[in-house]
Amino acid sequence: MSETTNGESVGWQPSAPVNYSTRVDKVGTSARTARGIRIVLAFVLAGVMLIPVFWLGLTSFKSRADAIAVPPKVVNFTPTLEGFVNLLSDRSVLNARRLELMKERTDLTWYEEIALKNGQQITGISQYVGRLRNSVIIAGTSTILAVILGLLAAYSFSRFKVPGESDWLFFILSTRMLPPVVVTIPIFLMYRQLGLHDTHLGLILLYTVFNLSLTVWLLKGFLDEIPREYEEAAMVDGYTRLQAFRKVVLPQAVTGIAATTVFSLIFAWNEYAFALMLTTERARTAPPTIPTILGRGGVEWSAIAAGSLGFLIPVVIVTFVLRRHLLRGVTFGAIRQ
Amino acid sequence: MANVELRGISKRFRGVTALRDVSFTVADGEFFVLLGPTGAGKTTTLRVIAGLEKQDGGSVLFDGGAVDSRSPAERDVAFVFQQYSLYPTMTVFDNLAFPLRSPLRKLDNTEITRRVTEAAEKLRIGHLLQRKTERLSGGEMQRVSIGRAIVRQPRVFLMDEPLSNLDAKLRESLRVELEHIQKKQQSTTLFVTHDQVEALTLADRIGVLREGKLIQVAAPRDIYDKPANLFVAQSVGTPRINLFPSTYSDGSVRVADSPIALPFSQNGLPVHFTLGVRAEDVTPGQGDQRGEIALVEPLGVETILHIRSGDVTLLSMVSGMTHYRLGEAISFGIDQDRLHFFDAKGDRIDVEQGR
Amino acid sequence: MATIELRQVAKKFGDVYAVKPLDLTIADGEFVVLLGPSGCGKTTTLRMISGLEATTSGRILIDGKDVTWKHPSERDIAFVFQLFALYPHMSVRQNIEFTLEAQNVSPAERTQRVGDVAKLLEIEHLLAQRPGGLSGGDRQRVTLARALVRRPAAFLMDEPLGALDADFRHTMRAEIKRLHLAQHATTVYVTHDQIEAMAMSDRIVVMSAAEVQQVGTPHEVYHDPANLFVARFIGSPGMNLAPGKMADGHLLLAGGHRYLIPAQWRGTLSQVAGGEVILGFRPEAATVSDGGSLAAEVYANDLHGAYAVLHLSLDGENPETVVHVRADRFAHYPIGQSVRFDLNPDMVRFFDPNSGRALRTQ
Repeated sequence: MSETTNGESVGWQPSAPVNYSTRVDKVGTSARTARGIRIVLAFVLAGVMLIPVFWLGLTSFKSRADAIAVPPKVVNFTPTLEGFVNLLSDRSVLNARRLELMKERTDLTWYEEIALKNGQQITGISQYVGRLRNSVIIAGTSTILAVILGLLAAYSFSRFKVPGESDWLFFILSTRMLPPVVVTIPIFLMYRQLGLHDTHLGLILLYTVFNLSLTVWLLKGFLDEIPREYEEAAMVDGYTRLQAFRKVVLPQAVTGIAATTVFSLIFAWNEYAFALMLTTERARTAPPTIPTILGRGGVEWSAIAAGSLGFLIPVVIVTFVLRRHLLRGVTFGAIRQ
Repeated sequence: MANVELRGISKRFRGVTALRDVSFTVADGEFFVLLGPTGAGKTTTLRVIAGLEKQDGGSVLFDGGAVDSRSPAERDVAFVFQQYSLYPTMTVFDNLAFPLRSPLRKLDNTEITRRVTEAAEKLRIGHLLQRKTERLSGGEMQRVSIGRAIVRQPRVFLMDEPLSNLDAKLRESLRVELEHIQKKQQSTTLFVTHDQVEALTLADRIGVLREGKLIQVAAPRDIYDKPANLFVAQSVGTPRINLFPSTYSDGSVRVADSPIALPFSQNGLPVHFTLGVRAEDVTPGQGDQRGEIALVEPLGVETILHIRSGDVTLLSMVSGMTHYRLGEAISFGIDQDRLHFFDAKGDRIDVEQGR
Repeated sequence: MATIELRQVAKKFGDVYAVKPLDLTIADGEFVVLLGPSGCGKTTTLRMISGLEATTSGRILIDGKDVTWKHPSERDIAFVFQLFALYPHMSVRQNIEFTLEAQNVSPAERTQRVGDVAKLLEIEHLLAQRPGGLSGGDRQRVTLARALVRRPAAFLMDEPLGALDADFRHTMRAEIKRLHLAQHATTVYVTHDQIEAMAMSDRIVVMSAAEVQQVGTPHEVYHDPANLFVARFIGSPGMNLAPGKMADGHLLLAGGHRYLIPAQWRGTLSQVAGGEVILGFRPEAATVSDGGSLAAEVYANDLHGAYAVLHLSLDGENPETVVHVRADRFAHYPIGQSVRFDLNPDMVRFFDPNSGRALRTQ
């Protein structure tokens, strides 16, 4: 029937009828089978995608030897915390005599025992912990700043007549268009002049600026979808615009804010190039640190795996906490903009 | 309650004129309806009064005092929106209490509870108070919106098509309730709609707006019986008024392309004009005009007949169901006391009947 | 042209009935309207007739042939959608012709047939234009033309006027009806607008909650609604419904009003267990007069232009007890005033409050 095909192929016609999906439910069993296949497929895909993470987790619990064994060991190894101990501690190699002395001691903690097995003695906490803390401070602060500033900017763009609005928005987005690496040298020189080199503030400012374009655009999309009648009603009811924004708009924008937060955080958390160039010690974050976890006499794969795993956990937690909003946020507001 | 006066309000949006020199007064306790098609400037007028929009020229006065420099919150008006104005994250109670908790009012909790309960009772939403607004039906939502206006006891109620998103049956019943409440409270109300039935039934006075200009302000009966021009004539009445290009000669009004001729003795009718006849003033079965039934539309309480006479079709409205059949030749009459005449520009020609 | 027959046709989505088993025979050339609120199953029914939706059970016959499992294209029907599904990149002529090309109609005949429908719908001057520039009404005319040009056995229309503004709906309503009268094509028309259904149809199928409530002519559903749903749904405002309890030949209504039961109803009503019934009457069944047997208070007072509707409350401030009656447009009734009225005994109906069904005189 040609009416049907007409309806179907005209793109702008939302309720264009017909479709094969309605024909599918003709037979109940095939619909159920299709659903089953879809679920199985989803699991398989998820499995494939999770293999690297799974391998990371596995490796972090292997001993140095198991980690580089060929063929790779999947189940047939003895789990050990050696990787984590090596990750979190600084150690020195013991000479034969001191080794003997250590072995005789009975007051050793479990982690000292692990180090001892490799003929090493723990001398202190490694830099990894401090750098993970730097990551949390820098990524966290810059994300919060980017979302708050982005929210205010987006609200203004969404609700007020800003002269040259589209030009501004384009300009904001354009900061994201060039590859960050291009500007690292100028920024490096500039930061040296300003004394921002190797400071928390330096990276926070940089990440905030980089994320702002993302947050302004995403949040504008979300705010555009919240009818302005809500604030206007509140304003007529006796509230100022800022109060109306806080009491009426914000609660409804939670989904968008959550999604934006996660996107910003992931960027700031994973950023590598600037962190490598602009920090050396005090403000260095985790990403440039992990590849430098080198043991003595070879790469400590289990320690690197443990470091990467530790690095993953904070973002996973945040994403998990916000996951309900995230899914809705990603599928609604943002994409339409 | 207060009276509201608009003096020469004009407003432009990006070079497009939304309102031109709009002036009218809503008396204290009056139900004033602004009627017009989409884009006529009705909502803009309302928003200017509320202070949500700044006019480019003219002044808004409450009780004689200009409020132009006041913020929406300071104007003490209540605004009922077409939709969306309930806060989805709050319960019905909190929605109703929201305006009372504003920093401008700061009422204590017992007073808030008292007022909310009272308004809820009046609108029969008492049983919904603890519910989240997302769980409400369209009709319930609009009751809550109206409730939120009522608890405020504002100087003026502004309503922007509050019924237009409801289905026909609900719209009707809520309209009647709204009418009753307004008449009881004698609250100054400015109501905006594109629905002529709402305008005719609710208003003490109607202002007809078109392309930002106020065309006629009058009581519903006068809007219906004495429309100032063709636009107003067509804006009210279902079915639409019959309009025919006509001429006046030899003491008769003659409809072009049709044998319809109505003896009419009157000076001052031009040779060419537009004749307007309301459907209820066309009576089939009696009179000396001839025609043929072209279509019968039984609506239950009344029937609309399409009568073909020459090359024109008249709509006639009769009460009840009829026995007329398609193609049937009939005679019909036109009430000569209720003819409308419009000149070439579409303006009403007032004629003193001199038969 | 064709007859359409539905035999125990039903549709389930999961465990929920979208349409409960339904029997309906539509005569050749008949204009049948499926009427009901949204979600009542009317559109699903139409889509099953078209073949766009598969039936869960039952059979559909067009012209006596079982088409239950036939593809929409094999049913020889035309479907008119609510939204104008026109190709924006083709001219109006090409849009109309398109379906004929698919049917391998010769170019000469195509031109002929397009010319015919264009004339019928008065869109000849638009044939060369693109649909993008057309008004809503003209677009809908083109949509209709595209359906008509096929000369199908039946037309199925899914709220074709739903997207138009009120004024234009009236015009198009009359136009479609006139078109039907000229062609006498079997038509099934879906709408939620009872006025449209009344004005256009030969018969109305009133649906609610996946079930047929009543099948009848406009006159029947208006004057003799089968149940409370139909009574409320048809008419604007709907039928007045006042619950009451019988006592010595009278009906005791809200507010303590007593209504003398008309003679022709006494037999039927005396058999109602418990004595509780609902009195139903249309606004025009009431006549306001000083000597009327019923009294009520003016709740609101509506001028509708040609006539006025008086909303009368039987019991003070309670809007649930408000009845609507027709009144003289020139009279003025202030709110709160007491008004007396009578009911035309031939236009009074009664309903069983438990089943909701209309009672019939014996």
